[in-house]
Formats: sequence, C-alpha cells, structure tokens
Amino acid sequence: MKAVDDVGLSVRRGEALGLVGESGCGKSTLALATMRLGPSNMQIVDGSIEFDGTDILKVDNNIFRRNYRWRKMSMVFQGAMNALNPVFKVGDQIAEAIISHEDAEKTEALERAARLIQLVGIDPKRINSYPHELSGGMKQRIMIAMALALDPNFVIADEPTTALDVIVQAQILKVLKDLQGKLNLSLMLISHDLSVVAELCDSISIMYAGRILEYGEIGSVFRNPRHPYTKGLISSFPSIKASRRELTSISGAPPNLLNPPSGCRFHPRCPYADESCKTEEPKMENISDRHHVACHHMG
Amino acid sequence: MLRNRNFVFGMILIAIPLSMALFPQYIAPYDPWERVDKSFLRPNSKHLLGTNDIGQDLLSEIIYGARISMLVGFAAASFTVVLGVLMGTFAGYFGGILDELLTGVTDVMLLLPSLPLMIVMASMLGQGYINIILVLSILTWPGVARMIRSQVLSIRERAYIEVSKAIGCSDTRILFVHILPQIVPLSLANIVIRIGAAMVSEASLSFLGLGDPTQKSWGVILYWVQKTGGFSLGAWWWILPPGIMITISVLGFTQLGFAMERIVNPRLKERE
Amino acid sequence: MIDITDEALLRVENLKKWFPVRRSIIDALLARKELFIKAVDGVSFEIGTGEIFGLAGESGSGKTTVGKTILGLYEPTDGSVCFKGTELFGLSKRKMKEMRRKLQTIYQDPYESLDPRMTVLDIVSEPLVVHGIGRSREEREEMATQALEDVEMSPPEEFLKRYPHELSGGQRQRVAVARALVLGPEFIVADEPVSMLDVSIRAEVLNLMLKLRKVSGISFLFIAHDLALAKHVCDRLAIMYLGKIVDVGPTEDVVNTHVHPYTEALIAAVPVPDPAAERTKVIIGGEIPSPMNPPSGCRFHPRCPISLDICREKDPELIEVSDSHLVACHVRARK
Repeated sequence: MKAVDDVGLSVRRGEALGLVGESGCGKSTLALATMRLGPSNMQIVDGSIEFDGTDILKVDNNIFRRNYRWRKMSMVFQGAMNALNPVFKVGDQIAEAIISHEDAEKTEALERAARLIQLVGIDPKRINSYPHELSGGMKQRIMIAMALALDPNFVIADEPTTALDVIVQAQILKVLKDLQGKLNLSLMLISHDLSVVAELCDSISIMYAGRILEYGEIGSVFRNPRHPYTKGLISSFPSIKASRRELTSISGAPPNLLNPPSGCRFHPRCPYADESCKTEEPKMENISDRHHVACHHMG
Repeated sequence: MLRNRNFVFGMILIAIPLSMALFPQYIAPYDPWERVDKSFLRPNSKHLLGTNDIGQDLLSEIIYGARISMLVGFAAASFTVVLGVLMGTFAGYFGGILDELLTGVTDVMLLLPSLPLMIVMASMLGQGYINIILVLSILTWPGVARMIRSQVLSIRERAYIEVSKAIGCSDTRILFVHILPQIVPLSLANIVIRIGAAMVSEASLSFLGLGDPTQKSWGVILYWVQKTGGFSLGAWWWILPPGIMITISVLGFTQLGFAMERIVNPRLKERE
Repeated sequence: MIDITDEALLRVENLKKWFPVRRSIIDALLARKELFIKAVDGVSFEIGTGEIFGLAGESGSGKTTVGKTILGLYEPTDGSVCFKGTELFGLSKRKMKEMRRKLQTIYQDPYESLDPRMTVLDIVSEPLVVHGIGRSREEREEMATQALEDVEMSPPEEFLKRYPHELSGGQRQRVAVARALVLGPEFIVADEPVSMLDVSIRAEVLNLMLKLRKVSGISFLFIAHDLALAKHVCDRLAIMYLGKIVDVGPTEDVVNTHVHPYTEALIAAVPVPDPAAERTKVIIGGEIPSPMNPPSGCRFHPRCPISLDICREKDPELIEVSDSHLVACHVRARK
C-alpha cells in the first residue's frame, strides 16, 4: 500500500506549513516516516528528507534517535492527550523526556519542565498534577510542552486540535502561534480542517491519496486555487463570517490506497477529467514563484 | 475450516468415541449385558480387554458406555449454557435487582469448591442420570451467565441499540433480533467446550456411586472396578480404558470448541 | 424566513434532566448531599413545521441530552415536551410508540448506528416491521426501496442486499436517513449528523436534509458543534452553555449580532477558512466547568469579560432583544 507516493514539501525556518488532506490521504504516515516512528511494516522506499542541509534518511538509526528525534525535530501526535501515562505526574513525564536524551539531574529536569508548561500557558505548579486532574485542553498543552522539551527547531503537529471544543481549540492555536514567534519555530501542522490551517499557517500543501496536488504560499492558494480538488475543498468549508450560501461537496469518496486510480488519482471525482487524466499522472508545475499545481487542466 | 488445526485434531479425536456412541452394535464384539465368559479374565484373543467381575466383555462395555457418557455430557453442557445465556442476557440487559442478584450468586458459587458441592448435591438428590445433569447444570451456569452478561453489557451500549429504542423497538425485539444473534455463535462454541468438563464431572460422580450403577457409563465402569476390588487386583486392563476414553473425548471436544470459537470470532470482527 | 405556524410542532418547556451521581456507602452514611450532573437545567424552545432549528454548544452544554430526552430515551427530571400538542411524558407505551412514527432520529456515528449484522434492506425496513406497516414483505421492500431513492442512493436495488461494512461513511449515513424517513416522519432529531464524515461529502447529507425539508416539510432539530455549518443550515439557532440556553433567535441575528458574551466568544474562536480575513480576536480563557457544580448565578460569569456583581448572584432570564431574538444576560439584555 503506497501511503505516500512521490511527495515534495519544504518548510522554511520560522515558517508554518499546513498539510491538508482528508482521512486516508497519507498525511499522518508522512509525519511518522519523517520521525521514523512508523509501524514495523512501514518502509521508506525512495526519496530524501533534507533537514537543515542533511539528508536524514541516510542517517544511522542510533544517531537519528540521539541527535535528531526530539532534539531537532519533535511531534505532537493525534489524540496526544490520551497518550499521557495516568499513573505518573505530568511534570515527571516531561522530565523523563529530558533525562532520556540529556545528562540532567531530576531536579533540573523538573525545573525545565515547569518552565515549559509555563511557556504553553499553564501554571508551573501543575507539574505535580496527574493527567486525570487536567482537562482535555490542558493535556494537549502538556503534549506540546513535551514536544518542546529539548528545544527543537521543527515541530510536527498532527491534528492537534481535533476532538477539542471550539474555544479550547482557539486557545491551543494561539499557543502554537505565540510559540512560533517567540522561539522562531518551524511548524508543520497536519489537519483535515482547512480553517485551522488558514488561521495559523504561512504555506499550505494539499495532499490526496498519497500525492501532493497543490502547494504554495497560503494566500495565493486560497485566493487562486487551481486544482479542482483544492477548489472543491475550499468550498466545502463554510465560513462563519460569510453570509449563507449553498453548501457544496465533491462527489464520490476518497480512494482506497491499496488500489488507487490510475493517472491522476483525483480523476474519478473530477468534473474536468478527460482521457489524459486517466492515463497520465500530472507533473507539478509553477503557477508562480510560490504556488505550484499538479493538474493537466490547471483550473 | 479444514485448515484449522484444532478442528482437524478435534475431529480425529472425537471420531473414536462418536462412532462408539452411534454404532455400538457394529463395533462391539459382544453384547455387554451378556455373560460371555469367566470373570476377571485378562486380555486375550477372545476378549481384547478381558472381562469384568461377572464375565461381561470389557471392550463391549467401553464401546456401549460411550453413548451414555457423551449424552449426559452433552445434556449437562447444553442446559448449563442455555440457562447461563438466559440469565446472563436478562441481567446484562435489564440490570437492576436481577443483575445484582445474579452477580451475588455468581460470586458465591465461584468461591465454593465445585466437586465437593456436586457430591453433596448429588447425594441429596439421589442416584440417576437426570439428577447428575441437574446437579452439573445448576452448579456451572453462573460462570456462563457472567461471561454472557459482560458481552451483553457492551452490546447494549452501542449506538444502534439506542437508535432501535428511538424507532420504537420493544425490549423483546431488541433482545431477540439485535443482541441474541451476536451471542449465540459463541455460546454454541462454549457448549462444545463444556461437554468435556461435564463428562469428567459425570464420571467422577458415577465413580463415587452417585450415578446410575445399572447403566454402563465409563464412570460406572470405574465404580464397579472399585467395588469389586479390581484396583487391588491390579487389573490395569479394566482400570485404564475408561480413563483413556474420557481423556480422548475431553481433548477432542475442547479442540473442536476452540476451533468453533476461532471461526465465529474473526467473522464477527470482519463484519464490523 | 420560514413561517412558523401558530401551533408549534414541538414545544419544550423548562426541560430539566439531572443524572444522579453514584454515591458510595460512606456518602450515604454521612448523609452527604446527593450530587447530580445537571446536564439540562431549564431549557425552553419551540420548533415549527418545516423549520430547521439548531442547538449549538460545546461539550457539557447538554445539547445531546436534550435530543435524547425529546426522543424518549431519557425521562425528564422536570419540565415538558409537547409534540403536536401532546405531552410526551406519562404517555402509555403504546401511545408513545405511535408518536415515534412521527419523531425519528439520525445519529452522529455512521459506523455505529447501523447493526452490522443486518442488510440495508433489513435496517431500513425495521421501523416498518416494528410498527406493523406494510402487509407483506414485498410491500415493505417497496417502501424501503422508495426511501433509498429519496436519499439518492441509486439504483436502490444495488444496495438492498449489502451490509454496512461494505458501504462508505457517506453511504451509511444515507442509509440512516432512509431509515428515519421510511415511516414518513414530521420531525427528525439529527445529532451532529455530519461531524464524522469526510469534509468533502458533508454537504451531500446536509443538502439532502434541506431538500427533505423543502419537499416534505420535515422539521429538524439539528444538534451541532460546528457553528460555521450551523449558520449555513439552520433557520433558527440556540446557543447552550452548561445546561441552559443563553442565546436564541434567527440564525443570522444570533451569529452576526452575537449579543450574549458567550456567543461572542464562540464566534470569535471559530477558525475562518480564509487567511486574509481580519482577525481581531480576543480568545477568552478558562474552560467549561463541570456540570456537577455549575457556577452560581449566571453560569458564564467566571469567564465573562463583562460580568457584574449581579451576574454572580442571579441567573438571568431569556429576554427579547429584537424580533424573536432572546438573550439571557444581565448586562446586554435588560428589560
């Protein structure tokens, strides 16, 4: 099953990239592959991942674990708030992340943990709380703090606000935005929710069935979407600010990655599809310096 | 199904006692009720397992004994599971006092040692196979009920049950159309597994004289061994065969039951 | 604007649903006060024929409990629910069953709301069987087929023999709608019917609901937690917070004027799918308190940026601030 098939992405320092796609498009797989945290039957077959000039796919597993994972790049997982161990205090869990990578004393690690949770807007005294004493929003903040424990340059956030209430979601997004500014953090936000990405990100990539269909600077993609899927997706998200309009959808359903459509993977659902779409895979082309689309018809 | 090792193994094992139970008249060399020779004979060419204390052929006794041993085992296992499913389903679905009562009874019964309890009950009720079936069922259904109850509890919480209520389904309909069909397959597998245990219990009780000594179940055969001094004689040809047959049957039924469980479970998971 | 007829189809008055919290023996011995989760604590509204009424709120607001109580899945602790003039509680089982023919539901999870062991035909015709409608199996099959056509699953014959696990999420949800339609209801409680569907297919199901309203005049109670969606689907909208309605009225009014401070906070927090949109947001802090121990007076006062002393002491009533728009706030809705 080709979860990720010929994907090209880039994130600049201090920039937030939004990776948008529906369920089963491969976005979480991409994130796990980058962090080498995928399941045992996951293989990286081809390609390169360059981090700060180095192709990290070529790096040895041990070195990756010691130097890269969690130190230079970390991740906030989907449903992360349920990943906290219920029998340990949250401060201890953050401290554990620190101690397992650096030579730090427990007390020092706990101090750093307290400062980290303060950074995400929680009272530092709460390092002594257990997970069940915290609300969903607070637990999610703890997970963000844990991702920042070793002062990474790059954080991947996989659906960080799904399952949270609207106001809590807005609070978390604000925390991420503030952190991005304060720490000059590079962020890759993975979400199925276009509005969340629009709130936070500078650039956007639209992923479908293991491929990137369109990507670029976020304003340009939203103002001038060229791929039919992007257009359909944008119009599927009603805005609370806009006046009432008819809701639109994209016919059909996302494909099964075990047996994806031939040629352009979107062609079964595309209103503009023709013969070439069924046989030839479209190449990524430039609309402008910071806007690229892979489509035979390019809107 | 044929690929399932448990199934094949179980079927091979069961074939032996099953054929004994179904066609004893074709397999057995003699009529076990007839005195055909002198008593206490060792195995020889005329009597492969020798004779018992009154000159009846032991091999024929064993063969004819299969029928009643398996029948009692099957009846006891069936009653146990049917009773357990009924009680467990009601307790799990309706909750309340019935559920608390059931949990209390189950807790107590699981604490008491089963065999002594069976012996006491059987001696109170008197000899006979009906009584043995009764005793075995009454003492083992709580365990089944508890298992079924937890299954029902989890099904009860699912969204489609709530929707059924909103549509106007009666509790009866929900139980029979939505819940029981999910429980029955595993329960059937459970019956098969329990046949083995029931057979052992029946043999134990019969051995102690609480069965029907006029019949020829494997347990009763052992009872007569004991009663007529066969043990002190060292008559291994008389003592071993019933035990071996019971072992084969238990192994076979258990394997079959496991195979059935495996068949039932993945299909349910796939359907989901 | 939909004309609401004089006789409201559904009238909910002062509905309360409290769930007792299990007490330990020690609590009972020490005669500690019994605790309740006050999921719904005094909710009133009306829904007219052919109206789509939205009930929005975050978790703990009680919106799902309101829906389930209306369907008769819970018994109310207090208050009344009148459907077509008839009080639903205290009805005999037989009469309630009759009422159910007109009052149906669609659930949130398309993977859980269909019995995995039944075929689509069985699922859609179950309501017919339960209510004894249709004199023969063929007749029921015809009615089920018609229901599948109404939800635009064509050709219907292709789907009748399938099992839920063979269908996509969107298709399953359509089957759920067909099941709700087959009895010819007048009112459907839709509990977040699209939140578990892929975004690109949500509109299909929602447009279906709108079509049903237009063609058959079916009213909907649309329980939502996505406000942007609610804005585009509902005629009127009620915002719930910790068991009470704080803001209710025509959707555009409620959303655009956001009179109640909680409504204002909610609208400010909803992300906008437009990177160029103006963002003057002040996101309020804090989280929703537990429904076991709601704050005194106005339940929103601890988080409210404009609260006064009276907000801590007295629970505000719903007061009309403009045509059919009611708000419960001491500061912004005064007599």
